[in-house]
Formats: sequence, C-alpha cells, structure tokens
Amino acid sequence: MGLDIRWPIGYMFVIIGVVLASYGLLSDATIYEQSLGMNVNLIWGAILAAFGIVMLLLARFGKKSQQELADARNQNERPAPTH
Amino acid sequence: MLHPIDWIVMLVYLGFVVAIGFLLKRHMKTSTDFFLSGRALPAWVCGLAFISANLGAQEVIGMAASGAKYGIATSHFYWIGAIPAMVFVGVFMMPFYYGSRARSVPEYLRLRFDEKTRALNAVSFAVMTIFSSGISMYAMARLIQTLHLFDAPLAKLGISAAGVFHVSIIVSALVVLIYVFFGGLSGAIYNEVLQFFLIVAGFLPLVWLGLKSVGGWDSLKTRVPAEMTHAWMGMQHANTNPLGVEWFGLAMGLGFVLSFGYWCTDFLVVQRAMAAHNMSAARRTPLIAALPKMFFPLLVILPGIIAIGLPTVHTLGVSVPAGATVAEVQAAMAKAESGPQGVHGQGIIPPKMNATGEAIRDSNGKVVLDYDLAIPNMLVKFFPSGLLGLGLTALLASFMSGMAGNVTAFNTVWTYDIYQAHIRPGASDAHYLQMGRIATVAGIALSILAAYMATRFNNIMDMLQLIFAFVNAPLFATFLLGMFWKRATGHGAFVGLISGMAAAALHHGLTLPVGAVAGIKGGWLGAQLHQYPSEMAQNFWTAIFAWSTCFVVTIIVSLMTKPREEKELAGLVYSLTPRQTEEHVAWYLRPAALGVGVLILAGILNIIFR
Repeated sequence: MGLDIRWPIGYMFVIIGVVLASYGLLSDATIYEQSLGMNVNLIWGAILAAFGIVMLLLARFGKKSQQELADARNQNERPAPTH
Repeated sequence: MLHPIDWIVMLVYLGFVVAIGFLLKRHMKTSTDFFLSGRALPAWVCGLAFISANLGAQEVIGMAASGAKYGIATSHFYWIGAIPAMVFVGVFMMPFYYGSRARSVPEYLRLRFDEKTRALNAVSFAVMTIFSSGISMYAMARLIQTLHLFDAPLAKLGISAAGVFHVSIIVSALVVLIYVFFGGLSGAIYNEVLQFFLIVAGFLPLVWLGLKSVGGWDSLKTRVPAEMTHAWMGMQHANTNPLGVEWFGLAMGLGFVLSFGYWCTDFLVVQRAMAAHNMSAARRTPLIAALPKMFFPLLVILPGIIAIGLPTVHTLGVSVPAGATVAEVQAAMAKAESGPQGVHGQGIIPPKMNATGEAIRDSNGKVVLDYDLAIPNMLVKFFPSGLLGLGLTALLASFMSGMAGNVTAFNTVWTYDIYQAHIRPGASDAHYLQMGRIATVAGIALSILAAYMATRFNNIMDMLQLIFAFVNAPLFATFLLGMFWKRATGHGAFVGLISGMAAAALHHGLTLPVGAVAGIKGGWLGAQLHQYPSEMAQNFWTAIFAWSTCFVVTIIVSLMTKPREEKELAGLVYSLTPRQTEEHVAWYLRPAALGVGVLILAGILNIIFR
C-alpha cells in the first residue's frame, strides 16, 4: 500500500523501548519493589527496542516483496461487479 | 498515579497513530483504496489485523474478567469458539468471498442470491456495527473514569472528575476520525497491527510477573478451585462446571453456530481478508490469524486467574484444601464474610459497589465481585511507572481499534450496499470515495450517540449481545447453504433469515436462566417453558435454534422457488467453481496444510489444559 507498515512499527518500538530503558536507568530503584525487584523498565525497554530494530531491518531488506506486491496490485485493477 | 513517563509513552503511540493516517492519505485515490486497501496488503498484515479488529478492549477486559470468574474454561471461547471457524473460513469460504470480487459481505449475498437478502444483511449489520463502536467508546470512557488515573492531570486543565468521561469520548472519537478519514481501511488495518504488537508488549510482562509472584502455574493451581485451571473438567453436565453448560451445548452453540456465525460472516473481520493482495494471501489470512489467537488465552485469561488467585487484600485467613470445589470455597468465604471484619473481595478483585458505597449482593446474599477490574488492578499492582504507561497504552489501543474496525466496516457497507445500491447508483468512483469520507464522519457521530445511549440504558450491552446472536446465528446457515448448495434461492435465503431471527426471539422470550428476572434476560413472552442453568447456556441454545430454523426453512423455501441459471453462479458456489490449486506455493504454506496444522496445535493446547 505504498507505506510498508514495518517502518512505523519499527520506529515506534525503538522509540518506546529507548524511552523506557532510559527511564529505567534514571529512575529511583524503590519503584521496582512492586515488580518483584526487577528493573522491568530497563529490561523490557531493551527487548522492545531490539524488536523495533528487527522490524526496521526487515523493512529495509524486505524491499523485494514490496515490489512484487506493487506488480500484483497493477494486475489487480479489474473492474468491480456492476449493479 | 500517572507519572510523566507514562504520558510520554501514550503520546508517542498517539503520535504514530495519527501520523500513519496522514502518511496514507496520498495513497487513497480510488474507492477501492479507501474501502479495501486497494486489495494490496500482504497476508501477515491482514492476518494480524484480522484478529486485532476483533480484539477490542472489551475482549481484553472481558476475557480477564471471565478468567477470574470461570477460570481457564474461558479459553473455550478461543480454542472452540474461534479456531475451527477461522480455519473453515480460510480454507473453504475465502475462495468465494475473494474470488467473487464482492466488495463486502452483503455484496456477496447480492451476487449469490438477490437484492433483498443483501439489503436485510446490510441494514442489520450497519446498525449492529455502529452500536458496537459506540459501546466500545462507552466502555473505554467508563474505564478511564473508574480508574481515576487521569483525574489529576485533567483537573489541572479545569476538567472535573465527571468530565473525564466526556473528554475520553471526544478525544478517542477525534483520533479514530483522523486516521480513518485520511487513511481509510489501510489506516485502520495498520493501526490494528500496531495494536497487536502493543498488546503483546503490554501483557507479556504482566503474565510473567504475575506467574512469578504466585510461584508458577502449578502453584496457581493450588490457590484457586480445581475447575478454574482445567478447561474440560465437569463438562458432562451443566451443573458440574463453572460455565454452566454441558459439552454438547458448548460445542454446538459456541463452537459451531455462534463462532462460525461470527468469523465466517461478519464483515468486520472478512473485510481484512478481502484486503489481501491475492487469493492465496486471502485464504492464509484467517489461518495466520489463528496462530496468535490460539495463544491469546495465556495472555489475557491468565492475568484474570492470577488476579483471583493472589492473596486477598484484607485477608481473613480463609484457607481451603487444594482441589476444593467452587462450592466449598464459596462456603468458606461466606462464613468468613459474615464475620466482624466486614466485606472484602477476592484476590485483588474488589466487591462491586453501588452508588452509595455499599457492596452489592446477589440473591443469595453473597458479595458480587467487580471482575472487570481484574486487568486494571493487575496492571497497577505489578507495573511501575513507565511500564504502566505501556500497559495503559495497550488498553487504549485496543479500545480505539475496536471502534475503528467498526467504523470502516460501516462506511463500506453504507457506501456500497445501501447508498450505491439504492440511493444513488451509477455515480463516479470519486463520488463514492467522497461518500465514504462522509460516512466515516457520520459513523463516528452515530457511535458517540450510541455511547451516550449506553449511559442511559445500562442493559445496552446485553441487548447488543442478544441481537448479535439473533442475527449472526441464522446468517451462518444462509451462507453455508449459499456457498455449498447450488439449489439455494434468494427467496429461500430471505425467508430463512427472517425465520431464524424470529426463532431466536421466540426461544429467548420463552426461556430464562436460573436466578434471572424476566425481561432483558429472557422470558418476556409471558410463559417460561424452560429454565437454563446459566445465561451462557441459554445464549448457546438460542443460537442453535436460530441456526436450525434458518437452515430448514431456507431448504424448504428454496425447493419451492425457482433457482438461477447455473452459469450465473459460477465462482459463487462450491460445486460450480473450479478447485483452487496453489502450485506456486510450498506445500506447508497451502491453506489446507496450514489449517490442519492449526487444528492440531489447538488440540494440543486443549489437552495440556484439560
């Protein structure tokens, strides 16, 4: 559809991941008592950022499939049923 | 209390949502672009949108609430209530939906049957889908208000606690309006895919922390009644399992009629498969969707079970032996509750309060629990600031995509099946594209209306559930006969549909679940011919009656009326369509193989959690 959805997904998770992980590094350790002592912001933030990067890589190197889809779309231009 | 970091996460998400709408704007050149994403989307995108469109926050909150109330048996809604239907629609029905080039489900009915059948379906669907959208909006605004998490920051803007409700409705409506108006179906689908990943991101840590806190699944099994951790325990009879329905009612009512009625005929989900870039992708869409769908119980139902299995907040030292039945636990708790310490909930689930701050009790004097608070309380308990923002964003995302999905389905059915078919046929494509945009605005306005109606009539959700069962159950019979029996005629379909709906109403009006008062719950026709052990059982059997009536009447009336020429039905009926061959695809990616794989996996999950 012109915009490969992997780009927005990738960027969003990288940004959210980095934001969470940074907060995890800067925040007061007492707030992690409720999450069983683990710095979940840092851990999960890093994991989400990694996921985002994987998405971006797939978007970058999945360009070939985009071209195939564009070709398929040109072939798809058949008229809709009449009324 | 919300910390600025939580706001940052939410605003990042909202920013991307709106940006996606604007980025897609220039690709919306034709009505096919706007209503069907130009039929150009890859299968994985359609597949994730397929389940996400269905995964509104009511499902997330509701499934967790159900998990807290009934336990893992709730997963039947997924493993029986969704998976087989999704496999069926992908393998057997998509060739007709996609191959007929119908642009909507009602349009398929017009191609296969006639205009009046299409009109019946289009109108009933349009009404239901707008109500669904409005109720989504209402549920979200209500939840935001109840959580009181947004009260403080909004108070700084001069908005009272009561005003939080209105602000939530307006803001959510505006955001959805922007990305559907500019991005069309693609805007909705892309945001649904985003929502899917967000739900996993928001709830996976919750399940992990929750399980770790109670000591794992095996330990959880000892903290709650045995039926709650065994999906198939006591299914021979209605009164030995928490759902109150026996296996036949479950399999036929839920597994067959209701679930197939939804997944195979509801345009909200079928539209996402119609947006795929070719037939093979369209067929694989529901199958791809079935995989994460299968594992969702572990993501949304488990937190509910954990919520009730955690140590009760004001614990009165109620202890029961492992494997105690639901009845034994309830007896122990009733004994403790009647003591001097007063009223409390169970686990981290509080009692339901009425307006004067008293706990609501049922007809047996037992405290009614507010199960809907399972997920919000779990989030607040385990998530520190930061991750809490992510969890709340995931909830917000699912509410909004529930709305957006309904709005895109509505604007398509309105524009093609009602406006183009009856009001203004033969206009240019640009005209219909414009109409689609207008319908989007109107659809959202009507949804807001429906949301406010829900505040006045608190039975509106029950009513919608009921109407869904009345309409979807017979519809599935119509589609089955339409797609697989070439002799089915338009008159048969139309009369069958109406009879099915009437049968559903009749059955519902003459039966009542145990403990319910005649009215919205049933028995409104005066006489009470049968009593069901639970509301769910009554629901399932209403569906079975509706389906069977429609099936039989359609056959009878079809045999009495003249069928269409067989050549007109080519590509619309199984026996008149050449078999699909997928030689260019590897064997393990073919729909039939994928379908079998999905069913086997679902079977294994059922065995593990039996």
